[in-house]
Amino acid sequence: MSDCHTPSSNQASVVQAVAGVPTIALAGQPNMGKSTLFNLLTGLNQHVGNWPGKTIEKKEGFFKHNGREYHLVDLPGTYSLTANSPEEVIAREYILRQKPDLVLAVVSAANLERSLYLVSELAALPCRLVIALNMVDVAGQEGIEVDAGKLSTAVGVPVIPLVATHARGVDDLLQAIHMELQSPTQKERSMPDIRADHRQVRSDLEVLILPYLPPGYPPAWCALKLLEGDAEMQGLVRAAVPAGTSKQVDDILLKHDDAFLAIASGRYAWIESMLRTAVHGQRAGQISITDRLDRYATHPVSGLAILAGILGLVFWLTFTIGSPIQNALAKGVVVPLASMTGTLLAGAPFWLRGLVVDGLIGGVGSVLTFLPILMIFFGAFSLLEDVGYMARAAYVMDNFMHWMGLHGKSFLPLFLGFGCNVPAVLGTRTIESRQARLLTIILAPLVPCTARMAVLAFLTPAFFGPNAVIVSWGLILFSLVLLVVAGVILNRVLFKGERSAFVMELPLYHTPNLRTTGMLVWQRSLSFIKKAGTTILGISMIVWALSVLPNGNVETSYLASVGRALEPIGRWMGLDWRLTVALLTSFMAKENSIATLGVLFGGLTKAGLAQTISAAYSASTGLAFLTVSLLFIPCAATVAVIRQETGSWRWTFLNIGLMLALSVGIASGVYAIANAMGV
Amino acid sequence: MDSTRNTTLADLHSGEQATITSLGRGSGIQGRLTALGFTPGAKLTVMQNYGRGPLVVALRGARVALGRREAGAIQVLPLPI
Ligand SMILES: Nc1nc2c(ncn2[C@@H]2O[C@H](COP(=O)(O)OP(=O)(O)OP(=O)(O)O)[C@@H](O)[C@H]2O)c(=O)[nH]1
Ligand SMILES: [Mg+2]
Repeated sequence: MSDCHTPSSNQASVVQAVAGVPTIALAGQPNMGKSTLFNLLTGLNQHVGNWPGKTIEKKEGFFKHNGREYHLVDLPGTYSLTANSPEEVIAREYILRQKPDLVLAVVSAANLERSLYLVSELAALPCRLVIALNMVDVAGQEGIEVDAGKLSTAVGVPVIPLVATHARGVDDLLQAIHMELQSPTQKERSMPDIRADHRQVRSDLEVLILPYLPPGYPPAWCALKLLEGDAEMQGLVRAAVPAGTSKQVDDILLKHDDAFLAIASGRYAWIESMLRTAVHGQRAGQISITDRLDRYATHPVSGLAILAGILGLVFWLTFTIGSPIQNALAKGVVVPLASMTGTLLAGAPFWLRGLVVDGLIGGVGSVLTFLPILMIFFGAFSLLEDVGYMARAAYVMDNFMHWMGLHGKSFLPLFLGFGCNVPAVLGTRTIESRQARLLTIILAPLVPCTARMAVLAFLTPAFFGPNAVIVSWGLILFSLVLLVVAGVILNRVLFKGERSAFVMELPLYHTPNLRTTGMLVWQRSLSFIKKAGTTILGISMIVWALSVLPNGNVETSYLASVGRALEPIGRWMGLDWRLTVALLTSFMAKENSIATLGVLFGGLTKAGLAQTISAAYSASTGLAFLTVSLLFIPCAATVAVIRQETGSWRWTFLNIGLMLALSVGIASGVYAIANAMGV
Repeated sequence: MDSTRNTTLADLHSGEQATITSLGRGSGIQGRLTALGFTPGAKLTVMQNYGRGPLVVALRGARVALGRREAGAIQVLPLPI
């Protein structure tokens, strides 16, 4: 490629040595091992929050090395720093505005060519940089040998070989980070340049925008982003420059709308020159394990069979292991605890006993027993993701998702919805097209989350005895069929049958890392316990209070009045005021319906709550209640993220309205049919 | 260069190799494509193309799944086997 540039270099610059606790930002493309390294360094000393104004997970933590403390921030995994998605904007704004003391770029030795692409962008930013050359073990297996020393000399940045999953090379890495933070000068760095034919345009643009850029934004870099067609950067520049300049900029961009290719080619040419010096041994065209497995896993027929098998196994595990544990906890811990506390508090005032026994233990306790189910599901999901299988699942589901005008990528968030709808809605971020994303978000609440499935698992055995399994599966299957039908119709009505683009990397298969999975399960459990301790606790208390006020009698309580006011609608579905109230409180958290029934049916008798309830209602009422619970409006947390992610109340209300109409309509129908059939 | 041999990525069979000549226009995903290694001049191998549904392509040492329509917009020059 003779028309390509020769790598240029920037001046060695003097930088301040870092005082205090230095901040290190972890950057890298997806699946390079960033999170593995992050977890390894910080252990449990980490905090998961959100990026300001965004709902993308922000992970921060602290660690110590040789008595020095460091602050570590896990940036979202991004292929580049062009604003293709919010992740990329977050990553680059963090680096430019928050100015971390050092950026640690994680790359894969097994796939340097692609993973250096992000480095080629990072190298052009004014920040200290260290490269973690991860997965040298995988590279070794594939016969690729990377000379870290030569790579380091070529790029002008320290490069440390690493196997994050086995903590190999971590000491060297931390030592290099320490040295880099101490060093008063920044070495000369090799940087990619735009292909020669576009250099003049770049510098023209640079001169135009130079006086107006916000501090911290390197003009050359901004000019490149403009040429790359980066909408975010174009907006920023348009807002900053005077009208005349804006016109000039637009003219240049219009004339050179193919410049992005010259830029990308320049970066790959830079990468190729790095590879020529540092990489030896080529995969000699041998068929890797990944290719061999993919012959089956991504085959249109066997791929679907494998997916069905795996999903079946996940649910089987979740419910054959999770449900008995849940029952055991309910019968063995919650019930005895309630009766013990009841005896203990026998002398206490009536309200205190009620609050603790019915509100706290009956409500929150019942809900906490769902934890095992949640843990098993998220454990399984995380393992599949970690192995690299989920991308294959998306791939084989692509054809099927087309019916709804969606593509394979929408399958992953929807599947995640079986765990919890909140991460499902957040997970739609990986879908580039706004329409596909909106549709996926609207459909997500139709996926029964563990909370709803736990309610199902809790009540069906009581109502349907030996047929419980069939009824549960039937209901779940029914809601999935509904999802597809709703998807097809909504796509026609809202988006006129348009379809969005599908591009996705299929990562190499990995042996799963138990630490990664353990961490995810731990974090999900923690947030569930937090929810039980806050939202569900609060609602349980309020429900309990409303159920005894004003005169201590449930039948004449405020809650009963609310329930009776809405009972006419409940009647369509065969629900009395108690079930109606239970349904309403499920808006705050789906598990609440159980908690509420726990409060309303007071004393957890030896038979347990489920039995008490099933004795009180007919099977057709039970079926209608299960149906409406499964399809009812999304819980408050889900509504909140739907609002955030769609950025519109209209879509949010459309979604709520849809679920309300579907749930009440269908449950009424189910009740009528069940009665007619004499269930 | 024989321009009649120019074809689209979607028309290649499993196992065929080709060089990208153009990414096509207006699909709105060029930014994604370049970051994933699709640039004019890049060499790729079709890992999977069953004639319908998405394709799997290996390029720059990675595997990328690509919708049929997206693959149809990418012009390639097949390499002799
Ligand atoms: N063999 C091997 N596997 C590794 C190594 N480092 C990470 N992995 C595995 O690579 C996979 C991806 O690791 P993650 O840490 O989740 O990657 P990430 O960069 O955080 O990915 P995103 O969060 O998607 O951006 C996991 O299955 C890890 O267990 C390594 O050095 N060797
Ligand atoms: Mg990660």
